Amino acid sequence: MSALSIESLRVRFGAVNVLKGIDMEIESGEFIVLVGPSGCGKSTLLNVIAGLQSSSSGRIEIGGRDVTRVAPADRDIAMVFQSYALYPAMTVKGNITFGMECRGVPRVEREAALDRVAKLLQIGHLLGRRPSQLSGGQRQRVAMGRALVRDPILFLFDEPLSNLDAKLRVEMRMEIKRLHQRVGTTMVYVTHDQIEAMTLATRIAVMHQGEIQQFADPQTIYDAPANLFVARFMGSPPMNTIPVRVEAEGDKVVAVLSNDEGGRESLQLPRSREALAAWIGRDVLLGLRPECLSLHEKNDYGDGNNAIAHLSAQVEMIEPTGAETMALISLAGVEAMARLKADARPSIGSRATFAVNMSKVCLFDPQTELRIP
Amino acid sequence: MVESRSTGRAGGRFALYAVLVAFAAFYLTPLVVVFLNSFRSLEEITQTSVLGIPHAIRWENWAQAWGSYCIGGICSGISPYMWNSVAIAVPATLLSTLVGALNGYLLSLWRFKGSQIAFGVITFGVFLPAQMKLVPWAITLRALDLSDTVTGLTLIHIVQGMSFTTLFCRNYYVNVPADLINSAKVDGAGFLQIFRRIVLPLSPPILIVTVIWQFTNIWNEYLYGITFSEGSHRPVTAALMAFSANIAQAREYGIESAAVLLAALPTILVYLFGGKYFLRGLTAGAVK
Repeated sequence: MSALSIESLRVRFGAVNVLKGIDMEIESGEFIVLVGPSGCGKSTLLNVIAGLQSSSSGRIEIGGRDVTRVAPADRDIAMVFQSYALYPAMTVKGNITFGMECRGVPRVEREAALDRVAKLLQIGHLLGRRPSQLSGGQRQRVAMGRALVRDPILFLFDEPLSNLDAKLRVEMRMEIKRLHQRVGTTMVYVTHDQIEAMTLATRIAVMHQGEIQQFADPQTIYDAPANLFVARFMGSPPMNTIPVRVEAEGDKVVAVLSNDEGGRESLQLPRSREALAAWIGRDVLLGLRPECLSLHEKNDYGDGNNAIAHLSAQVEMIEPTGAETMALISLAGVEAMARLKADARPSIGSRATFAVNMSKVCLFDPQTELRIP
Repeated sequence: MVESRSTGRAGGRFALYAVLVAFAAFYLTPLVVVFLNSFRSLEEITQTSVLGIPHAIRWENWAQAWGSYCIGGICSGISPYMWNSVAIAVPATLLSTLVGALNGYLLSLWRFKGSQIAFGVITFGVFLPAQMKLVPWAITLRALDLSDTVTGLTLIHIVQGMSFTTLFCRNYYVNVPADLINSAKVDGAGFLQIFRRIVLPLSPPILIVTVIWQFTNIWNEYLYGITFSEGSHRPVTAALMAFSANIAQAREYGIESAAVLLAALPTILVYLFGGKYFLRGLTAGAVK
């Protein structure tokens, strides 16, 4: 069953097109993350799905029912807000049961639902408190409880973790994922944090300037970004994009880059000559994840893996994080990040030889910014 | 060095307090004179002057002012006019505050096309001089058959007060997070339900401010009172005027003083009990 279906949805504020024709089809039980930089329209899209903002044109169906002109309360949704939006004058219990009260649910049922949610989120001991007496994490839990008590077709989350400190954010992220596995309800989750997107989603919609750039599962988004925007937005640090020229060497194709000493480095591309025939002799951008760049070690040679290429580059800076060491290197006149082993300490300013895992490289058309398939 | 600077600072502080005390005394002098005279007999005052210490504490002036002194031929003191003022100020304060709260809620949290203009028009009333509205009100009261009635004056104060109360409440509710209202909408609450259950419980600071402000202004209002009421329908401010216009007999300074203090008592009490909330409410920030 389709839980949410959006057809050519547009939102315009005066002369500004905030959403420029969004189409989405979401199956029941999916965890969809809308991700993008601020101002990309992701929160607007969520508010339009909730009915808190109206669309200029287009159509929204929730659970197979057209709700384009239906009030938020009648859309069978529940929402968790960034600020939690707990009612300050009510206790936790009042906050959780307010919606049921508004909809005229009998007291016995309200108590039962409250009990179920309090157990699920372990907030039983907080029911008598007011929001001002709760910690950030507890408020977050109560806000989730208020949504969960409803058992709707669709849960909407508007950056629910962005007000928490880093440690709590990781904890709550796992808890939300566990929750989705337990209740199995369809969720639409807005965030600007691409790690949250990668860890939580069954499918990610990357948004930019009011349009969906790519809508796919996290691994596809990561490995095969549809365009340069997605490549540079997803991943931390993001994908390196290095200007290269595609050239043919016999029946192989290589990416040629000029290093900063005026020399040429050529990296063999894992594609057939036929597949890239149209690009031979042309400039493209080579997309390379930081983890595909590592320091060359002796035993890299001759292990039979022909997807490993080598090149030399200057180390500009290193950032040891404990688990790994990030190195900023200079490649073909641009800066690139390489993910090195934890104990790697190349000296700054020196040239080093890097092993490049070519099996996962992407090529992008510099004009259209689209990935070359 | 350090010592001389600290003595210098102490000296400066002393001078500061001296100036403040002098100003306070200056402002309080009329009140003190009136208060002292309220205990002095007519003979005492005429023998010396209006400035003087009473020989004894005597409450006759207060009793007469309240219950038996003749004003415009009616010998009932100011008490009936005090009740008129209560009958005007209490409902007008409560209703104008309620209307202002509803207006403010609508204009800040349920923005609609033209809500900014509506807000501008309503608050424009704050800047209209009262004299300008005398004739329109006279026509309106006549049309409603409310001339020379307590109800008529109450209506005037509700409508006039709306501008201020709307301004106060709207600027307070603007700080209520929009997500709170959105969340309640998703929960299924309606316009009035959200107002009653979510917005009103956040409102005491601003409601106390508007109630104090409205009550003081309505109680002290004089122009409409004297223009639109006569005889026994007057509010106390207009009655006091009639009191001192009693030129047929010698000025009863003692009784007048007592009457003035009685008339001022309700607003002084409101300020004494609510003043701290007034200051707190005016500076109250966003609702977290």
